[in-house]
Amino acid sequence: MSFPFRFASVAFAAALISAPVLADDQYFPLQSYRVGPYAAGGTGFFGGFIDYMNLINTRDGGVNGVKLTWSEGETEYEVEKGVEVYQRLKSNPGVAAWNPLSVGIAYAMIDGVTADKTPLITVNHGRTDTTDGRVFPYVFPLLLNPYSETSGIINYIATKEGGLDKLRGKKITVLYHGSPYGKETIPIYELLAEKYGFTLNQIEVPHPGNEQQAQWLTIRRERPDYVVLRGWGVMNPVALTTAQRNGFPADHIIGNVWSNSEEDVRPAGDAAIGYTAITTQASGKDYPVVKEIEKTVYGAGQGNLTDQDRIGSVYHNLGIVNGILNVEAVRIAQAKFGNRTLSGDEVRWGFEHLQLSPERVKELGAENLFHSINVTYDNHEGEGYVTFQQWDGQKWNVVSDWIAPDWALLRPIIEKSSEAYAAEKGLPIRTEADVDHVEVLTN
Amino acid sequence: MVLQADTPVVSRPAVQSFDWSVPLVLLIAYGAVPFLASPYLIEAILLPFLALSLAGLGLNLLTGYAGQLSLGSAAFMAVGAFAAYNAQLRLGIGLPASIVLAAIASAAIGVIFGLPSLRLRGFYLAVSTLAAQFFVQWALTKFGWFSNYSASGVISTPRIAVLGQSFDSTVGRYLFALTVVAAITFLVHRLTTGPQAIDLIAVRDNETAAKVIGIPVLKTKLAAFALSSAIIGVAGVIWAYTYLRTVEPAGFNLDRSFQILFIIIIGGLATIRGAFLGAALIVVFPLLLSRFSSFAFQGAIDAGDIKLIERIVIGATIILFLIAEPNGLSALLGRATARLRAVLRRG
Repeated sequence: MSFPFRFASVAFAAALISAPVLADDQYFPLQSYRVGPYAAGGTGFFGGFIDYMNLINTRDGGVNGVKLTWSEGETEYEVEKGVEVYQRLKSNPGVAAWNPLSVGIAYAMIDGVTADKTPLITVNHGRTDTTDGRVFPYVFPLLLNPYSETSGIINYIATKEGGLDKLRGKKITVLYHGSPYGKETIPIYELLAEKYGFTLNQIEVPHPGNEQQAQWLTIRRERPDYVVLRGWGVMNPVALTTAQRNGFPADHIIGNVWSNSEEDVRPAGDAAIGYTAITTQASGKDYPVVKEIEKTVYGAGQGNLTDQDRIGSVYHNLGIVNGILNVEAVRIAQAKFGNRTLSGDEVRWGFEHLQLSPERVKELGAENLFHSINVTYDNHEGEGYVTFQQWDGQKWNVVSDWIAPDWALLRPIIEKSSEAYAAEKGLPIRTEADVDHVEVLTN
Repeated sequence: MVLQADTPVVSRPAVQSFDWSVPLVLLIAYGAVPFLASPYLIEAILLPFLALSLAGLGLNLLTGYAGQLSLGSAAFMAVGAFAAYNAQLRLGIGLPASIVLAAIASAAIGVIFGLPSLRLRGFYLAVSTLAAQFFVQWALTKFGWFSNYSASGVISTPRIAVLGQSFDSTVGRYLFALTVVAAITFLVHRLTTGPQAIDLIAVRDNETAAKVIGIPVLKTKLAAFALSSAIIGVAGVIWAYTYLRTVEPAGFNLDRSFQILFIIIIGGLATIRGAFLGAALIVVFPLLLSRFSSFAFQGAIDAGDIKLIERIVIGATIILFLIAEPNGLSALLGRATARLRAVLRRG
């Protein structure tokens, strides 16, 4: 083989192996799921996330000139597939953060991302004690961890009943999805029941949840005042229709943050009218950022959703909010480290300083889409606010103000759990001084 | 259907040339893979391949050799994984000892759910082993004790260490899994070429005749269930400890049981290498296909549709394989090597 030819073939091989890095770019590996029982959530969420990154690239030319890139791997919401995609995509250069949107996959990645020093984002879900950034430097259950969600729901029921003291003697049933995600809140409901004196019954619905007759017969027998639906995917419409069949009123069913989408209520038809659910981000298109995505991204035929009616749906808007949070973390990190491709650890620093006031949220075109976020090194959730929306058969209507969960009550429980994890795994407890120990880009 | 395992019953040719393929595979697996393979190859392909091969090997003893159809394999994997975790947590023993305990626990559960095999056969037995599948998953979810009262029911496995030596790195976990799988494969090989295999095959081929010639049918069936479940239980430990490093009951669902059954059907019933070939096809083929399709069609077709097309292709391939060779990949490989040998001898 002659020298120039060999050189050319080496260059060609190198080009095949690494994506061409002409300008600086920041890469988002996406463990998406577009098939399987949870495809509605996956397509909406990842659609919104991709649409927002597309908007940033086309409208602003990237984040301070750094283009956002991404590629997808299908997980079908299964842990093994998620792990495979993680192993496959992590070697790409300039990985900013992981967003698997699955508790099971996130659990399986915690050791890995900690070793890689790359952030793992579990917006609105995740393992609750990862809120404690002192023990989990690379994991961020942004906006709302499961405990805060639980507290928000109980606070909302209390306002409907006329105050927290009115909860005493009430009966609340929690219907939860038989998965790690579903079970995450069992102890916190027990704690709140004890504190406020309501009678609690928690019933599991086995995955995927398309058969619930037995559970609703129990509910029918016990006649609770409220049913909290902690569902996911197909379990939600089935719960609403089975409730109707068993004569339980929809307006006394309160959905959690993964039972709050159009895809959850539409299939249930009339049975869903009056159903109320918690959310961190409002639905609809009445927000500048959503309108801009529709105009700029979908107008140019670059939109990710195949069904354009889903623009502004709950999952799509959550994907957009998740995009905002990821992009702003990169922007905040750039302000410290420079406008270039950042290492995962530098982006981690950005997430640990992700403080968006309501004013900043307004500048981003997302006023009232979500409230605000205030992440610090030891609080990786960032004190997200929640609101409640009611389904009228056509669309969701917001029926409450922004409500703050009872963070002070939850923090000691979270710390107890995370400190136990640290002791079991032999991990150090970080202090504020550790935040600025940042590993720069090596690849 | 003529199964390969029929061979030990007939007399073998007196002089057999030494089979170099097994030492060669082991040499590559120990000598080359740890140095050459990328972390992706080990983490995403070789570790699930080793765990599922072992599970296939265990099920093959029961279904391939002894003829008892079972749909409870994933349950026995779950028993193994949770037993090993709890043994380490509560007894404070090392991983090798807890693997032995996990095998014993799975064997015990296997014998209990094998009892219906004394009365039921074929599809009826398969339905009764489904009970294991549902019962085990229910029990592990229902009683928080098994997952040490972890809030979400997911446990992360302890670090892997043998005699103070850590096997936590990617290569370390691979070597650990490889050693366990190789050792058990060797034992199974000894068993299937020994006299006990004749009992198993006799029970499979004609139970009444086996009883008439004095083979203890009940004992043989239960022994097959115990041994098979023990091996599948160890496969569960490998799956949980070296591959995923977390355990949750939902990961061991009916789909996994079917997957293991398909591995031995596609690979070849009543053969040892069949479990490995089948696992390779089941693990590697979907990945190759998904890499190929994302490379070829990215952007052109909706990502969800690509996935559905892939599933159709995988299903069609399996059907084609089974039509072309009902005895599985193992028979296909056997024919290919025989032909190659003939060509070499002539050449």
